[in-house]
Amino acid sequence: MGTCISGIREGRLSPADYEKNFTDLHPPLDRHQALVASDRCYFCYDAPCMTACPTAIDIPMFIRQISTGNAVGAAKTIFDQNILGGMCARVCPTETLCEQACVRNTAEDRPVEIGLLQRHATDTAMERGIQFYTRPERTHRRIAVVGAGPAGLACAHRLAMSGHDVIVFDARVKPGGLNEYGIATYKTTDDFAQREVDYLLAIGGIEIRNGQKLGRDFTLGELAENFDAVFLGIGLAGVNALRVEGEQLTGVEDAVDFIAALRQVDNKADIAIGRRVVVIGGGMTAIDAAVQAKLLGAEEVTICYRRGKEDMNASEFEQELATSKGVMIRHWLQPKRVIGKDGRVAGIEVEYTGMQDGKLAGTGETGILAADQIFKAIGQTFDPASVPNLRLDGGRIAVDAEGKTSMARVWAGGDCIRSGEDLTVTSVAQGRDAADSINRALAAAADPAVAVA
Amino acid sequence: MADLRNSFVGIKSPNPFWLASAPPTDKAYNVERAFKAGWGGVVWKTLGEEGPPIVNVNGPRYGAVWGADRRLLGLNNIELITDRPLQVNLQEMKQVKMNWPDRALVASIMVPCEENAWKSILPLVEETGADGIELNFGCPHGMSERGMGSAVGQVPEYIEMVVRWCKQYTRMPVITKLTPNITDIRKPARAAKAGGTDAVSLINTINSIVSVDLDSFAPNPTVGGKGSHGGYCGPAVKPIALNMVAEIARDQETYGLPISGIGGITTWRDAAEFLALGAGNVQVCTAAMTYGFKIVQEMITGLSDWMDEKGHRSLDDIIARAVPNTTDWQYLNLNYIAKAHIDQDACIKCGRCHIACEDTSHQAITAFVDGVRHFEVLEEECVGCNLCVNVCPVENCITMDALPAGATDRRTGKPVDPDYANWTTHPNNPMARQAAE
Ligand SMILES: Cc1cc2nc3c(=O)[nH]c(=O)nc-3n(C[C@H](O)[C@H](O)[C@H](O)COP(=O)(O)OP(=O)(O)OC[C@H]3O[C@@H](n4cnc5c(N)ncnc54)[C@H](O)[C@@H]3O)c2cc1C
Ligand SMILES: Cc1cc2nc3c(=O)[nH]c(=O)nc-3n(C[C@H](O)[C@H](O)[C@H](O)COP(=O)(O)O)c2cc1C
Ligand code: SF4
Repeated sequence: MGTCISGIREGRLSPADYEKNFTDLHPPLDRHQALVASDRCYFCYDAPCMTACPTAIDIPMFIRQISTGNAVGAAKTIFDQNILGGMCARVCPTETLCEQACVRNTAEDRPVEIGLLQRHATDTAMERGIQFYTRPERTHRRIAVVGAGPAGLACAHRLAMSGHDVIVFDARVKPGGLNEYGIATYKTTDDFAQREVDYLLAIGGIEIRNGQKLGRDFTLGELAENFDAVFLGIGLAGVNALRVEGEQLTGVEDAVDFIAALRQVDNKADIAIGRRVVVIGGGMTAIDAAVQAKLLGAEEVTICYRRGKEDMNASEFEQELATSKGVMIRHWLQPKRVIGKDGRVAGIEVEYTGMQDGKLAGTGETGILAADQIFKAIGQTFDPASVPNLRLDGGRIAVDAEGKTSMARVWAGGDCIRSGEDLTVTSVAQGRDAADSINRALAAAADPAVAVA
Repeated sequence: MADLRNSFVGIKSPNPFWLASAPPTDKAYNVERAFKAGWGGVVWKTLGEEGPPIVNVNGPRYGAVWGADRRLLGLNNIELITDRPLQVNLQEMKQVKMNWPDRALVASIMVPCEENAWKSILPLVEETGADGIELNFGCPHGMSERGMGSAVGQVPEYIEMVVRWCKQYTRMPVITKLTPNITDIRKPARAAKAGGTDAVSLINTINSIVSVDLDSFAPNPTVGGKGSHGGYCGPAVKPIALNMVAEIARDQETYGLPISGIGGITTWRDAAEFLALGAGNVQVCTAAMTYGFKIVQEMITGLSDWMDEKGHRSLDDIIARAVPNTTDWQYLNLNYIAKAHIDQDACIKCGRCHIACEDTSHQAITAFVDGVRHFEVLEEECVGCNLCVNVCPVENCITMDALPAGATDRRTGKPVDPDYANWTTHPNNPMARQAAE
């Protein structure tokens, strides 16, 4: 049972309710369920699901391996392309990626459960502690990776596979990036993010240095000087501001910080939540913040998005997840003013919006929503302060098709570059491919100069 | 409503669905339940000689092959004939027959290949009021090692001899059950006919090892670390059984000999196919062992509804209807030309037809057209082999359409000849040339 006391407070629910609310969103398939699910794969030629996967996992192959009782071999097929295949199986919006492409949708409107099958395979191998990769002979090349998020970790692992010494610097206390601090709690339970980092590091040759911040503790120039190559996977550190009156009031918070705090806390009851919560935004972060606010016992949770349903970055599935948990999603509303009382949030004034001459504009009509807590989830931004010398593109680090930045020997990937969606899986693909590019560059540099006659 | 009443060698049953001699017909308890569920008849689990009954293994006796969703496709067993005393079986048979006079009750028998053995058991069986006997010449394991079952069924002379004894010592109709573990099924059928059998029934189970336990390195089912071959049955054996039934139905020597069709019958459709290829009724074992006796209701209604829909009034309207259309390869019309056609609205774009044709057939299906994923048949390459139809997961998405006479076959550039012409007269056939010369 919840408590209806207003204000932002802790312990709204009983311990049992917290426990129940934050368990696995999609419980794993057991062996039998996995066999049944895998039987549905048609083993398509030039499979559309594979094309839809940013890391191009050979999906028909790993599913066939599961169906023949070889879940461990299936895990290898996955990890060969995506060493964070375990996390991706949990957090990928498969409904807009592989599963959307599944031809079973055409046949019967129900795709093969690729995400759950991927989880089954990777869980099986990880639970048995099976490692597929060994480090070859050391090359004595030293590579710096900045950021231990999905991009940095995928890059580091690939590089270690080639025998290089990789040092990963991360500003935070724990590695994992948003896998550790951003992904919703119910998508990655049981400290999976850290277990996955440990699993990945078992290859050897990767050293993670936490609490090391680029721009504060060292500069990009120093790294480029002291290492054979540098990879930047520093994600998005900034958060967009609402830019409305009252934004500084107590009770207006960044959704990302709220989510991170929730991920880090031991006891969910210690996270304070309002009675009436308003979330501003329309992406994955907005949904995650809203759903988790509800799960923490908020009585009323409303997402306000300034455009229509179709424009939302959150997938149909995520929107449904939110509404099924009792979150109200309201469209065509933009924040106008945060209303305070005694220095604390008491409500938010919103303005109706619409399209005028092909542009979004306020209609002038307003309304007030009562609220004691407001989460800002209107997008993260790249903070270029730590990389002052790099050329930017659309506010993020500019790279070529291989991930090379404007600075020699420096590559970048993940959310901090512009290309691709801001997803875990895209970041993995970019980190991995940058590592391949680094390898090629190192190999080319190592080739003895060919004498020209 | 179609009339499903069946008369097989004079044995009457309300429908053509009998339970084959096997565990479902092991004792009165099962058979009573089967009759309640609607089965038209049973062939009682094979009886052996008077005296101490045979023994079965006490470990696993079945092994299986599964398809998608663990659907049982093939079953293998190492069970022997009845392990209950002869007198108990006979008493129960008599009681059941009294309780169910309208159902068929046939006794399956397997005794040593000696005249006296047969001569002494036949009157005992006759006394139960059974409608007929079936001679088990099929069991491929255990009993065959003792000179019975398929050890007899594999020697046409023995078959003829035993059938002759039976015809001599009983007035009951004799059905000879054949083993498929033989090269040419027509030979034992002809021998049975020569001995005077009233009918044949087939198939019994096929010698098989379904799988090997890769930890213990022993065949499944493994009994104390060892396994032996068993008898295979269930949906997987149906094609083999159908062919054998057809072989006998269209053989000149056995033409018209009543056949009880057995082997993998699981649905009404399977049964209808056996009937069409010449079976006078059918027997079922594995399907009942997989799903229970109730499945007969699906078989009865399915067959009846289909007959109604097609206007077939009685079983005689369908029995052996496909026999005249079953021929040898050499008589197939080589001027018949068909091409695959893909229904683009039904296509789900899995690409299986493309890769099958591309890698293993005639490179006749596109993968991309104008840069878009699109699967379409190139008639100039298609030989009409039907592989794409068979690998396509969507029913009726790919069809084989016959080219009308006079149309141009884009593969050869020649018009389709309206006349029938087969291999026997084909110019490439050396025999045909010799004959012409
Ligand atoms: C709330 C939220 C929920 C999300 N949910 C999903 C989801 O369900 N599914 C999905 O696919 N994606 C989701 N995403 C997106 C996904 O998390 C990101 O796309 C992905 O983590 C990006 O990986 P990355 O390695 O580029 O960056 P990050 O994961 O952001 O990692 C960057 C790392 O760099 C470190 N760093 C930053 N600056 C410095 C510096 N100056 N010096 C040293 N270290 C530095 C940070 O500490 C961090 O560890 C979500 C994002 C958010 C915010
Ligand atoms: C466990 C088992 C025991 C069998 N025992 C006998 C038997 O005693 N006598 C016999 O004639 N056939 C026996 N059979 C063979 C069946 O009667 C039948 O011919 C065969 O299973 C093929 O039919 P189906 O595919 O419908 O199962 C047995 C089959 C099984 C599975
Ligand atoms: S019928 Fe055979 S040859 Fe023709 S398209 Fe299909 S697979 Fe290819």
